[in-house]
Amino acid sequence: MNQPLIQVDHLTMRFGGLVAVDDVSFAASHRQITAIIGPNGAGKTTVFNCITGFYRPTVGRLALHHDGREYLLERMAGHHIAGRARVARTFQNIRLFPGMSVLENLLVAQHNRLMLASGYTFLGIFGAASYRHAEARALDKARAWLDRIGLTPHADRQAGELPYGLQRRLEIARAMCTDPLLLCLDEPAAGLNPRESAELNQLLVSVRETERIGVLLIEHDMSVVMAISDHIIVLDYGRKIADGTPAQVRADPAVIRAYLGEVEEGEASHG
Amino acid sequence: MEYFLQQLINAVTLGAIYGLIAIGYTMVYGIIGMINFAHGDIFMVGSFIALIGFIICVMLGIGWVPLAILLVLLLAMAFTAVYGWAVERLAYRPLRGSFRLAPLISAIGMSIVLQNFVQLSQGARPKPNKEVITGAIQLYEANGFAVNLSYIQIIIVIVTLVLMTGFTLLITRTALGRQQRACEQDMKMASLLGVDVNRTVSLTFVMGAALAAVAGMMFLLYYGLTDFFVGFLAGIKAFTAAVLGGIGSLPGAMLGGLLIGLIEVFWAGYFSSEYKDVAAFSVLVLVLIFRPTGLLGKPEIEKV
Repeated sequence: MNQPLIQVDHLTMRFGGLVAVDDVSFAASHRQITAIIGPNGAGKTTVFNCITGFYRPTVGRLALHHDGREYLLERMAGHHIAGRARVARTFQNIRLFPGMSVLENLLVAQHNRLMLASGYTFLGIFGAASYRHAEARALDKARAWLDRIGLTPHADRQAGELPYGLQRRLEIARAMCTDPLLLCLDEPAAGLNPRESAELNQLLVSVRETERIGVLLIEHDMSVVMAISDHIIVLDYGRKIADGTPAQVRADPAVIRAYLGEVEEGEASHG
Repeated sequence: MEYFLQQLINAVTLGAIYGLIAIGYTMVYGIIGMINFAHGDIFMVGSFIALIGFIICVMLGIGWVPLAILLVLLLAMAFTAVYGWAVERLAYRPLRGSFRLAPLISAIGMSIVLQNFVQLSQGARPKPNKEVITGAIQLYEANGFAVNLSYIQIIIVIVTLVLMTGFTLLITRTALGRQQRACEQDMKMASLLGVDVNRTVSLTFVMGAALAAVAGMMFLLYYGLTDFFVGFLAGIKAFTAAVLGGIGSLPGAMLGGLLIGLIEVFWAGYFSSEYKDVAAFSVLVLVLIFRPTGLLGKPEIEKV
């Protein structure tokens, strides 16, 4: 655990005159849930967008380490960030493939291996053994995840027809099917009722226990954040104002001033 | 009755050719939301490559017709696919993410480039091709009117059916098709899951061009000639077919192609052949007034 999974150094993102993220540095490790919190507009989602290649950071270095190699995310093409550096993410407003079945949503996430095994479809058409094995393995994996999130009975339904809470879980399962090392979750509890939110907590904790991955979590729901995070980073107006365990962060005067002290404002705007 | 049956046979043949071209329009629209106006000219290029292929076959002395047809088909598909790929790479990819009209204008430009390229390199006069497949089955004869089903018509319909079935299976059953449908629904998300979006778009163009090449070859075999301008009207008709069936929908493109073929042939057969295009486009107008998404198209869902 001496080398962090992802090391973010001096990340700055400017949009014209607006500085959305200002010189933020942090690290996140394997088998830990690292929460990024902060009032609305603090730059949390921008940090995610930089990590997953939606934006090219103005300044900064985003280094992901695994198998003794270093991947500089700020220089990689979007699909390589997912395919090679193995970063997966989910969205605040769910982005499933609504017109495809639940099972297909999970299979698309594994297509890289399938495409290789099928020789870009040509071998697949002729039924090569390697392709059939890969396809079977992909199906097994998709089914295992369906089981885990309790969606097996809905496997053949269109993803867009599922109730909201199930869509959230499906999106997480789909992200996990890409075999990520770093899973970025953008407000996974948004819009969930307390029961669904508790189920989500369980799912995230079990992912942390069973998979060797790091989780980055943006969340407003403090009950989720305080219950499951190992490490919290607090942003305010694009700057990092605190970094530590939940207990440390809760006691930090800067956090109380910027975030918890403005509970009415912060909570009202997304409650 | 005999006359009707004969027209029906002719209409289905023509509809099959339109359907094959329409798939190219509908797929590209589905995946990048753009009308590839150069697609008709890709079809025209396909017909010329087929023509050159037949000449090569004659030069090499390949006399067995099925072998010649198979060779020419593969040749035309391969080379036309390269054209399709190049057009996307040169004229559309640099403009992706630009405003919506830019690739459209670029497509029209590409269409003009292809037409003029072929006109300059092959000459402006229609090029005849020696009849490759002759003969017909006489289905029956009554009142001095024989209903014929020519071999070439049989071949066109069978090849089209096989290709369309294969294609539908490719899109619905394989990993490649899954990836294409994912890109169609949410390109950015597909990329985040590791799908190489650029390659998927390229492949879509390659497939569309290969199907257009088949249509081009069928056109050449059916009419016995081609020129640099055939792509224009055929392209517009196939585009109409795609819109009529519901653009973005594969079965819609096939159905639309068939319908346009039927309308055109029956109008020409029973009313006047001068106004057959007017008839086809009028039906399009009517369908769009009452069903703006086309016959099989799904209403556009506003993305949140």
